[in-house]
Amino acid sequence: MNEVPAAFREIAERMVEVTPQAAALGLRFVSVAPARGSLEAPWREDLVGDPDTGVIASGVVTTLLDHTCGLAMAAAAGTEPFSTATLDLRIDYMRAAAPRTGVTCEAHCYKITRSIGFVRAEAWDVDRSDLVATAQAAFILNRPNA
Amino acid sequence: MTTAAAEQLEAFLSRVPYIRFLGMQAELAGDEMTAILPASPHLIGNTFIPALHGGVIGAFLEMTALAQLSVAEPTRRLPKTIDVTIEYLRPGRGGLTSYARADLRKVGRRIANVHVEAWQEDRDKPFAALRGHFLLRGED
Repeated sequence: MNEVPAAFREIAERMVEVTPQAAALGLRFVSVAPARGSLEAPWREDLVGDPDTGVIASGVVTTLLDHTCGLAMAAAAGTEPFSTATLDLRIDYMRAAAPRTGVTCEAHCYKITRSIGFVRAEAWDVDRSDLVATAQAAFILNRPNA
Repeated sequence: MTTAAAEQLEAFLSRVPYIRFLGMQAELAGDEMTAILPASPHLIGNTFIPALHGGVIGAFLEMTALAQLSVAEPTRRLPKTIDVTIEYLRPGRGGLTSYARADLRKVGRRIANVHVEAWQEDRDKPFAALRGHFLLRGED
């Protein structure tokens, strides 16, 4: 994969720490590349959605998908500062994650305009070829000089 | 309000660790449930506005759908989410309490279709909505 500017990489790595909800979930930075980002949500007892099985809550996966989509958007927009808001987010849950296992997500911003970004994301627990969930999202981009 | 529905709702809210992580609560009036998400610093996704994280909003809406299903179908196992579409209408303001109500559009033998709307100060100005399908009876 191609490199992103070092300054952006630093911002991307800090993105999960400066967002209170991402920090509360313990989201971890995995990687960033042009128009792509990857984050993971480690398994934690207090984030379980089904106490009978110990599987991580779908809500955690929702936030992980949304946040990773935001990272991919930032990686597509480059170093220009902007703020973003989710317009819509469609999530398909293919199967429950494995018990007591975290989830990793990769998102790709496959199209970005002056005002809108279109992003797809995939989430898996153990094997990338056996997905837990996929997402399709549109984001509005607020550029200061737009 | 049936006792079974109230007990099922209470069981759902207290048993799921992630619900406690969010701080989500719910009230029942007859068979109408209102989910409540009190403001909390850890739910923030944008510190400048400040606004609730989009993922938190989606999760709150989805948990509202599951909670309403547990009230309507108290004898069934926890349904599984198949798919959800979340629409964001305006920022969910980080300092305000959020409310949500679910509308069970269709509850079949295996699948439920649920619409959910969330608002803060004014019910006529929802800040987010969800449409989703849920698999009942724990079938794969």
